[in-house]
Amino acid sequence: MYRILMATVLLMLAVVTNAQEVSREEIRGLDEQIQDVKEDVIGLTSELNRLEEKLLFPSNTQVALFVSLPDSKEFSLESVEVKLDNQIVAHHLYTYREIEALQQGGVQRIHTANVQTGAHPLEVTYFGKSKSGKEYRATASYSVEKAVGPKFVEIQIAGNQSAINFKDW
Amino acid sequence: MISRLASAIAGAALTALCAVPAQAKAPGESDPSALQTQTLRDLFFGEALFDAYQDNYFDAITGLDTELKQVRLLDDPELDPFSLHFGQAEFAVGDLELSYRMHREAGRAMEQVLNGNVPQPIKNEAAYRLAKIHYHKQQFANALHALELIQGRVPERVRSEEQFLRARVYMQLGRFEEAVILLKDLKGEKSLSGFVEYNLGIALLKAGETEKGVLELDGLGRNAGSGDAMSALQDKTNLLLGYQLMEAKEYERARTYFDRVQLSGPFSNQALLGAGWVEANAGRFDRALVPWQLLTQRQSTNAAVQEAMLAVPYAYGKLDVHSTAAVNYGQALDLFGDQVDVLTQSIRSIREGKLLEALRRKEASQVKNWVVELRKLPGAPETHYLLDLMASNDYQEFLRNYQDLNDLLERNKDWLQSLDAFEEIIALRRGYYEPILPGLDVQFRQVDARIKMRLEQRQHLAARIENLLVNRRPELLAKSDETESRLILQQIREILAYNPTLNSEETDARIRRLEGVLKFRLSREFDTRLTEAYKHLQELDTVIATLQETYQRYVRTRQAATHSYEGYTDQITSLRAGLNRAQDRIEQLMARQGRMLEQLAINELDQRRAQLESYQIKARFALADSYDRANELQEQRADQRKVEEYEQRMEQLKQAEPVANPDGEPLPTDNPPELDAQEPEAPAREAEAAGDE
Repeated sequence: MYRILMATVLLMLAVVTNAQEVSREEIRGLDEQIQDVKEDVIGLTSELNRLEEKLLFPSNTQVALFVSLPDSKEFSLESVEVKLDNQIVAHHLYTYREIEALQQGGVQRIHTANVQTGAHPLEVTYFGKSKSGKEYRATASYSVEKAVGPKFVEIQIAGNQSAINFKDW
Repeated sequence: MISRLASAIAGAALTALCAVPAQAKAPGESDPSALQTQTLRDLFFGEALFDAYQDNYFDAITGLDTELKQVRLLDDPELDPFSLHFGQAEFAVGDLELSYRMHREAGRAMEQVLNGNVPQPIKNEAAYRLAKIHYHKQQFANALHALELIQGRVPERVRSEEQFLRARVYMQLGRFEEAVILLKDLKGEKSLSGFVEYNLGIALLKAGETEKGVLELDGLGRNAGSGDAMSALQDKTNLLLGYQLMEAKEYERARTYFDRVQLSGPFSNQALLGAGWVEANAGRFDRALVPWQLLTQRQSTNAAVQEAMLAVPYAYGKLDVHSTAAVNYGQALDLFGDQVDVLTQSIRSIREGKLLEALRRKEASQVKNWVVELRKLPGAPETHYLLDLMASNDYQEFLRNYQDLNDLLERNKDWLQSLDAFEEIIALRRGYYEPILPGLDVQFRQVDARIKMRLEQRQHLAARIENLLVNRRPELLAKSDETESRLILQQIREILAYNPTLNSEETDARIRRLEGVLKFRLSREFDTRLTEAYKHLQELDTVIATLQETYQRYVRTRQAATHSYEGYTDQITSLRAGLNRAQDRIEQLMARQGRMLEQLAINELDQRRAQLESYQIKARFALADSYDRANELQEQRADQRKVEEYEQRMEQLKQAEPVANPDGEPLPTDNPPELDAQEPEAPAREAEAAGDE
């Protein structure tokens, strides 16, 4: 009896196909179209980025501040606060993935602003922890000398040394 | 039951030849042409790295794309620090496009490199990358063709990856002996540790060298290495070996491999099921119950668990404990009924669009195990049934594409809003500047004329001073009162010349003396005055420099004022039209891609439901069969008891020695058993039977 049941069950299993199949051709065609639209949107976004920069941050007045973590494999950055012209312009809390990206050599653009030519006081404060859990915090000041043309400043956070270095680009 | 699952797992394992180490994040030292750099020479390249390392491929691509276009437009590109990363960035864009599932674009880029006038090592690397694209798209013949374009040595940094890829391509094309040779050569390669051994084992099995294959996989199954990925690979290997050997009826060996699988790992359910079947096939049903009973306590949506729900009563039946088997079949039926309802509800939920709604949420790409988590949402489908489907490469690809499209849709929406804001900004600027600029321009022209005049004067003075160095003329450095005196004396001389009667020696002497004094003072002080004049000219230059700087600043600001609102209209109109066109296409594609995702999910759930329904039928028959057998056993036991009672009574009668009757025969003391009334049936028996174990 058990064998008869098994045979019945197997027969039933073989018959079960009531769902509409998705064909390989359809998948390939759709994939091609998705790639096309991605390509178009990438092109549009590039142009929109340039338009936005030209419109909102013209080179005469543009200042961009970048954060990097050189040689900080043992250090985990938790937050950074940036004051420009004595105003808090950025306060960033870092996600795990952002920390990893910085440790691998990525550079984060933390703030873009418009300022007039001349000197502008910049103050950066960071907070973070070492692998052992020791907390580090430091504050450093710098004078951003804005001339004609865009100004880029790299804020290099040397975590375990409680130091911040600035580099003009 | 056994053969279906066994072949499914073995098939899955044998076809999962694309097991590759996860190097999704920053590529290792082996591939410096990709997204990494020892020395960062441009912040914007660094920003692209920052995005790429977080898998924000779209941002990374657009960032690099923007920079590359800007550098190409420069007259002196070498002045831009980004040019130092230019070649690297071009390669990186290809890599990122590949990660962003733009295989065709990446392929085109690689083909351009192959057809271009570049050194052979770069061509070789491009050919390898092109092969990788084809492999990913499951176009194995094309992948092999691309690999055959490689001439000479492959760059050291991608040599092992290229060889590993080539081996997997051979395996996909059924050329297992060649794959074996390549994989043997790759053994010991740290970056591919575990994956080479796994593929080598599979290749040996497929090539017919079963024992060697088993031996290779056995080594990997003992110790694949540390870490979650390696533990999973180790379990997968042991599971594969267990099923392979069970199919070959080598039950003792198979059991060893099932026992090696971790009890908490992703393959533990299949391993417990397999371990049970090993014992069952060997006829040890009591032992088979141990892993199966453990398995039935696990997540009831799991296919192995559901199979175990039938396997447990099956084993009890084989052990002749039919009442317990019946109870377990009853429990299985309850579970299957519940799960069929869950699946029916899930299919309805998917058809109502709840799955896509959940997948469009931001958490879908950010939260780990989101697929499991989304089942908690009201009305969401039971995603435990979709885990295997969603873990498959194809479905992942479709899902990511769907999420990519959703991401693009939202980005474009934001841009469309931004364009509106840009237009508003432009209108505000126009409204502010247009009324005041004409007046400012008039004032500026006046100031500009005066500035030009002053600059000419300065030039004139500078020229005179320069001239005095070679042509000494002290009178040119006279002060205004001295010049006035000189001119008065000159006038007096002219008057005297015109009217000589007024002249006298004394007058003439006085005039000459005064002229002499004047000339003497000018000559004596010439050097000092020239130095003073230089100093004054320098002071004037400082003032003029400030003036010119202010002038330039004004000119720039004036230009910026115009540029801040002029010349954007056409660009914004064109971009808006482009975005709207893209939005329409994205919405259409999302609908199609969404339907496909739903269809695949419904197919999966339908299959599982059909499976459960077949289990239900089977369980019902088996339940009835168990009842029948339990009843038969009960009756046999009841008959046995009656026979024993009769024998006991006969024994007592013999011992009682009754008085003999006149006929010489003993009188009967009770009815014969067959004349006794039958006992009441089922419930009492069942209760009794339930306690018989």
